[in-house]
Amino acid sequence: MNTPALIRGYEVVIGLETHAQLSTASKIFSGASTRFGAEPNTQACAVDLALPGTLPVLNRGAVERAIRFGLAVQAKVAPLSIFARKNYFYPDLPKGYQISQYEIPVVQGGRVEFLLGGEKRAVRLTRAHLEEDAGKSLHEDFHGSTGIDLNRAGTPLLEIVSEPDMRSSAEAVEYAKALHALVVWLGICDGNMQEGSFRCDANVSVRRPGAGFGTRREIKNLNSFRFLQQAIDFEVQWQIDRLEDGLAIEQATLLFNPDSGETRAMRTKEDAHDYRYFPDPDLPPLVIAPEWVEQVRAAMPELPGAMAERFQREDGLPAYDAQMMTQSLDFARCYEAVRDACGGPGGGTGRAAWAKQAANWLMGEVSKRLNAEGLAIAQMPVAPAALAALIRRVADGTVSNSGARQVFDALWSGAGDDVDALIESRGLKQMNDAGALAALVDEVLAKNEKSVAEVRAGKDKAFNALVGQVMKASQGKANPAQAAELLRRKLG
Amino acid sequence: MSAGTELHALGVADAARALRERRCSAVELTQHLLARAAAHAGLGAFLAVNEAAALAQARAADARLARGDAGPLAGVPVAHKDIFVTDFATSGLPSTAGSRMLAGYRSPFDATVVARLGDGEPGRGAGAGMVTLGKLNCDEFAMGSANENSAFGPARNPWDASRVPGGSSGGSAAAVAARLVPAATGTDTGGSIRQPAGFSGVTGIKPTYGVCSRYGMIAFASSLDQAGVLARSAEDCALVLSAMSGFDERDATSAQRPPQDFHAQMLQPREGAGAGRPLAGLRLGLPREFFPAALAADVHGALRAALAELEKLGATLVDVSLPRTELAIPVYYLIAPAEASSNLSRFDGVRYGHRAADPADLLDLYKRSRSEGFGAEVQRRIMIGTYVLSHGYYDAYYLQAQKLRRMIADDFQGCFRDCDVIAGPVAPSVAWKIGEQADDPVKAYLADIFTLPASLAGLPGMSVPAGFGAHGMPVGLQLIGNYFDEATLLQTAHALQQATDFHARVPAGF
Amino acid sequence: MALTPADVSRIAHLARLELSPDQQAQMLQQLNGFFGIVEQMSAVDTRGVEPLYTPLAAVHAVPLRLRDDVVSETVDREANQASAPAVEQGLYLVPRVIE
Repeated sequence: MNTPALIRGYEVVIGLETHAQLSTASKIFSGASTRFGAEPNTQACAVDLALPGTLPVLNRGAVERAIRFGLAVQAKVAPLSIFARKNYFYPDLPKGYQISQYEIPVVQGGRVEFLLGGEKRAVRLTRAHLEEDAGKSLHEDFHGSTGIDLNRAGTPLLEIVSEPDMRSSAEAVEYAKALHALVVWLGICDGNMQEGSFRCDANVSVRRPGAGFGTRREIKNLNSFRFLQQAIDFEVQWQIDRLEDGLAIEQATLLFNPDSGETRAMRTKEDAHDYRYFPDPDLPPLVIAPEWVEQVRAAMPELPGAMAERFQREDGLPAYDAQMMTQSLDFARCYEAVRDACGGPGGGTGRAAWAKQAANWLMGEVSKRLNAEGLAIAQMPVAPAALAALIRRVADGTVSNSGARQVFDALWSGAGDDVDALIESRGLKQMNDAGALAALVDEVLAKNEKSVAEVRAGKDKAFNALVGQVMKASQGKANPAQAAELLRRKLG
Repeated sequence: MSAGTELHALGVADAARALRERRCSAVELTQHLLARAAAHAGLGAFLAVNEAAALAQARAADARLARGDAGPLAGVPVAHKDIFVTDFATSGLPSTAGSRMLAGYRSPFDATVVARLGDGEPGRGAGAGMVTLGKLNCDEFAMGSANENSAFGPARNPWDASRVPGGSSGGSAAAVAARLVPAATGTDTGGSIRQPAGFSGVTGIKPTYGVCSRYGMIAFASSLDQAGVLARSAEDCALVLSAMSGFDERDATSAQRPPQDFHAQMLQPREGAGAGRPLAGLRLGLPREFFPAALAADVHGALRAALAELEKLGATLVDVSLPRTELAIPVYYLIAPAEASSNLSRFDGVRYGHRAADPADLLDLYKRSRSEGFGAEVQRRIMIGTYVLSHGYYDAYYLQAQKLRRMIADDFQGCFRDCDVIAGPVAPSVAWKIGEQADDPVKAYLADIFTLPASLAGLPGMSVPAGFGAHGMPVGLQLIGNYFDEATLLQTAHALQQATDFHARVPAGF
Repeated sequence: MALTPADVSRIAHLARLELSPDQQAQMLQQLNGFFGIVEQMSAVDTRGVEPLYTPLAAVHAVPLRLRDDVVSETVDREANQASAPAVEQGLYLVPRVIE
């Protein structure tokens, strides 16, 4: 790892605990629906409400998703893991304990890789364990009371715990983005951060280079990458200020206030030090047979890393392009569709050329418009086949790059979907008639003796000016390459 | 109904026969027992009855009996320990666990055991069609061995109203002994079926852990709680147990085994059984630790007589040892409270149950609701359990106890190499006077010594009436079998009951 | 080892129980009486013994049984809240919580 940038002479140390809601239809320990946004307490069944006499039964779908994650991060999938009770009182915790995994989690170890400033980085994972989500406390006033909605109670969570391997808020954000992309790619989490499907707790400390770890403070429930960055940056400055004032840092659980951009200690959680964990007697050990792991492995999608390498190897894409093409499964699928529609599958040098063209368009015009309109790649209004047809027309000289952008606009705005028809109707076809071009060139040469003289005197700028004149005379329809070639011959 | 026999004299098998042969109707039987429950309200056996609901079930049973599509127990009345939740909408019965915390609590569903004995589980097949008379008194959250910890007053022993019926299933034992109901459900965590059955002179069985679903049983100690039945005979127990037991997908600790007909298994003659020797070849193990000097002489005498009877029936007595019997007391009283302290955290005054008046803040709401809602013994066990699980004590107490628990279970497997059934006392003495032990909880814990080991191991156990001791109080013989060997227990008890009539004796005035 | 009054109040707080001074004193004496009978247990050598968390594990492995991921419960909020002490707009009410 390269030497980390210091902040005011301090090294920043960050570890993340990420809660990913698993995309199961039913809850982790009950048959109630996990659907978001229902009327209060209409998705909480007797088990979720901890009504007297109810018992938990584990959802196979949640375990299967945990296995998928474990395989994706090259972790150990534990053949036997234990569910424990984490005991504490809180109104959104109906049983008075959370069923979680403590000493023996289902996923052990692993690593998440990503690019930071174009450079490959890896963050080690400590573990990932299954647990149940809590309900929600609604603090808007019910005449001085708090309202409790338990619809979310029992939603399956995979808590992914990283080692304190990150050294800047930027690195923490890149790790979180890579993790987010991965769980969505794997189809185990919908990744909806507004709805709380993917939330981060950041453990932050600072130290003088070479010193041991400082005391960490934990910022809870950061549900956007921006908040993650802001919260860490604020917290780092706060801790350094304190140390500079000769004050000690005490361990604390914090909340981030997006409005003020500040962190502050939580008032609840006083018994945090004594959760009285013990194995849940309602749930015998979770046993995962090797056969099950192999079944899951066999059904795994190709992972982003492997796919990016394939794009470099088979399509000859540069590392950066390959990374961009695999930013999400949808994006990769779109890239492959455009690429194949261009040249048709099958290798060869041609394939590499088409691949690069497809990547350029997706990283350029397509991404620019998607970002501008806040659309996901899946919502792109231009069919891959149409984009491919356009790329082919640029390649065979039918339309210039500037003309192609106009065609793309038309495709995007829905003005049409037949590329050739659009080129025709908008008169963007390049002039490929050698005779007509020759006439134009003669005309330009006649009108611009000064430039001609300069060219003959060896001034390249003047030559380019002549090419420009030819293009102008052809209203952009001339093929610049052909025009230049012809000029050269005639001046030759 | 043939003259002379009163309806309340009918046990489960008799009542089922009488109903099938139309010698009486379920409605008659139900009305008779409802009236009897009211007449003997002083016993404190019932916490709630719902006449209308019971009669509706009886009418439905009569209709099925008339159509001839009724189950074997259709129309036979039963009552449930108030640890089992009952759907308030259909039964009109609250579910209280004998606690002020749950006074009037309206459960939106039936416990699996309740559903299977009654109308069946929604979408999971028909039930046995028994008529639920009501809910029975018990120690608060099943914590106690005298039924003196019920928030709704003690239940009394029909053999001597000044004495305890045992606990925690005290109401169940009293109701069956007083012939208020042919059979009652109970739960056994450390002896709560066997001990009251013994104190009240009825037959009780706690099957192997996992045989009966715990879904809908208000949890005390999840790794120990097991449902069972108290009735007048082994045969009646077998009939009811067959109907209430079996795999339940709602309980992850429920044993995945095919449904058992314990009655048929009980009646299956043993290999080598001869005339008058139904127990030929049966090896009865007597753990020497179960017959200490401290064992009351009257209890010891009655047991010896019963054991002699079993020998006559063909059984051979063998000497075995359970060396860690005494350790079972601390082991149990660490594990059970630890699990209980967590299981009872849900009673926080937020979603149901007692809530303190005008709480100052959330902490005040929690603390006052729980202190007002829970009785002294429950709070004591919550304190013990919270302490042994708290930081720095887990290994020394909880973990050590769970390791000893395995050693105790292994000791039993050692015994079962030399014997088929283990026999001994249920309790060191006969039922004591109400209030006699109330002030010394630890002394009461020590009295559980003979029932705790089988509970810790999860083995099936029975209490069978074995005679009478001091003050004419009943003495129970405890039988412990190997895992899932309920059949041999029932067979042994049934043979004894064919040869003796202790189980058929009725307390004076009932 | 004997518990101290401080232990008792710490545990009572963890367990969310409010004990009067008298109850605290009585509880202290009863708990110490109880832990007296526990001590014999600590002496036993249990090295190498596996804890028995669920009874049937004494004779065979007891793996956790899983349920299929299907929505099988329909929620009747009214029935579920029939015994709720304080409800408004379907929400359970508690004294204001400041996080």
